[in-house]
Amino acid sequence: MKSLGSFRRKFAPWNDPEAKPYISFENVTKKFGDFTAVDDLSLTIYNREFFALLGASGCGKSTLLRMLAGFEEPTSGRILLDGQDMRGIPPYKRPVNMMFQSYALFPHMTVEGNIAFGLKQDGMPANEIAARVAEMLKLVKLEQFAKRKPHQLSGGQRQRVALARCVAKRPKVLLLDEPLGALDKKLREETQFELMDLQMKLGLTFVVVTHDQEEAMTMADRIAVMDKGKVKQVATPAEVYEAPNSKFVADFIGNVNMFEGTVSTVVPGKVDIDVPADKITIRTDATRDCAAGQSVGFAIRPEKIRLSRKEPANTAVNAAHGELYDIAYFGDMTVFHVRLESGRIIKAASLNAVRTVEDPLGYDDMVWVNFDTDAGILLTA
Amino acid sequence: MQKLIASVVSRLVISIPYLWMLIFFLIPFIIVFKISLSQVTMAIPPYTPTIDIWAGWQGLVNSVSQFSWDNYTFLGSDPLYVKAYLSSVIIAAISTFLTLLVGYPIAYGMARAPATVRSTLLMLVILPFWTSFLIRVYAWIGILKPEGLLNQFLMWANVIHTPLNILNTNTAVLIGIVYSYLPFLVLPIYSTLEKMDYSLVEAAEDLGCPPITAFWKITFPLSLPGVVAGCFLVFIPAVGEFVIPDLLGGSETLMIGKTLWNEFSANRDWPLSSAVAVVLLALLVVPIVLFQRSEAKAQESEK
Repeated sequence: MKSLGSFRRKFAPWNDPEAKPYISFENVTKKFGDFTAVDDLSLTIYNREFFALLGASGCGKSTLLRMLAGFEEPTSGRILLDGQDMRGIPPYKRPVNMMFQSYALFPHMTVEGNIAFGLKQDGMPANEIAARVAEMLKLVKLEQFAKRKPHQLSGGQRQRVALARCVAKRPKVLLLDEPLGALDKKLREETQFELMDLQMKLGLTFVVVTHDQEEAMTMADRIAVMDKGKVKQVATPAEVYEAPNSKFVADFIGNVNMFEGTVSTVVPGKVDIDVPADKITIRTDATRDCAAGQSVGFAIRPEKIRLSRKEPANTAVNAAHGELYDIAYFGDMTVFHVRLESGRIIKAASLNAVRTVEDPLGYDDMVWVNFDTDAGILLTA
Repeated sequence: MQKLIASVVSRLVISIPYLWMLIFFLIPFIIVFKISLSQVTMAIPPYTPTIDIWAGWQGLVNSVSQFSWDNYTFLGSDPLYVKAYLSSVIIAAISTFLTLLVGYPIAYGMARAPATVRSTLLMLVILPFWTSFLIRVYAWIGILKPEGLLNQFLMWANVIHTPLNILNTNTAVLIGIVYSYLPFLVLPIYSTLEKMDYSLVEAAEDLGCPPITAFWKITFPLSLPGVVAGCFLVFIPAVGEFVIPDLLGGSETLMIGKTLWNEFSANRDWPLSSAVAVVLLALLVVPIVLFQRSEAKAQESEK
């Protein structure tokens, strides 16, 4: 059976009708004056899930997280955590802990003091606090930094202290606001895997807010793509990438070539789309219901497009002739920009799987662009 | 050559504050100190010896040989001065504490106010400086006197039936100092609170702190540099305060600034009042040094 890409782990309670959601947002709306930050949003998150809220800044993802932490109250609708309505419960009584984007480490306390802070609030006995702090320091590999103050640590170390501090209380849910935003690229990649390991090891539910799609795709079991206070799609990273449900999601995640056209013929299993603007006819698998004459979108990822100097066997559909206009070489892959006769630029990517190529494509080469009927996504929304 | 000019210019720029301190602080201090070693006489100027630079080396030696520490021994032997110093320090300490009680909530409220009104609030704190200090203190006489605004209001509200006697007591002096020095305390505390990251308080609440605990464990300790700066800015001038005890205080109010003024103008005892001033300065150097050390420490931890 064919499946959409690789998946992280065999964990899919959202497909199980018996599974009870752990966190539910039910028709939640949040307004700040005239501005609607979160608009009638419903969402369920399952126990032990690594859930990502992904969107551009101002899409309401941070507000959603802050409502879960208790810093904001929904204007309407309700939030349930483990079956309990959270309305009116102040942040200090909620079984969730948040890792702040700025880390919010207490500058006047040592690393130890920061980690112990939440435990002291719970009135935990001193010897248990000491044991838990030692355990946390070991978990984030900062044993030798226990007595340092936050300003004596590097960015990556601070991030780990912040993590240890909010994990120390063994919350039911860990909320992470742009957890890797302040780290440089290399450290970010390492830390992504550390966070995933930690989440598995502790068996916690993680809700992470991020604007970085790579980060969300790497770490999350499911991603909610948000725009203007609404959830556009909730799905696994592979589904969001390979089967986006709308033009917005297709365009937001990754690179895409988007075509706008009208359905000309529908045969069982296949749909033909006329794209007069780009002088191309697209034939694609009928993954969505549509009727002849309907205007639809078609999205295809650059890596699913083939380039060749040779004319393909069938040039009537899914093929176009053009000139190589730009080449971006990234090392692991190369992205070609092809200008079709209509003037439209098509992006096509190819993996540099071998080190040497005979007669590689170069600037100004005339090439054929073509793709299979299952390579792209038919979009009606 | 250019390097040389640049280095000379930079030295010149640095030397300006030193020059300022030399001309307006050190030289006057030396003059005051010299007078404090002299004796009072009925003459112009009212002290002896005077240094006559035309008298040459021998004249100078003659003058210096007449200097004595008599005024300082007198200060120590008469309990009036010791009491005045002590009472000044106590009044200054109490009023600093009261100013803190009033000023901290004001600074906190300002720092937590919406950003759009913050500059207006800041303006309102600074605004009283636009009126003469003396006039503002006089205005308090109108408020505090037996038939003044405060008593009229309290009697109208039926809180009291006979006017309170506040004017010309230490209470009036405390009110005057708290009122006059409030901005000096509010501004530094406001500036530390305003640049504090509010997510620290949210983090504390998230980790299980009710808001009041979060204030005492996070906000207050982090605002301490501002609190210390503000307290010194109130305490140091309050110790030597003269106008407020003179206008609002009564016969019981014993403050060193007032004593100094009496010695200087009523008794025309310049040498003794100079000695009072020198001792006052020595007394204040201690908190000033403490203040500078705390400032340096605060700067260190910010790095």
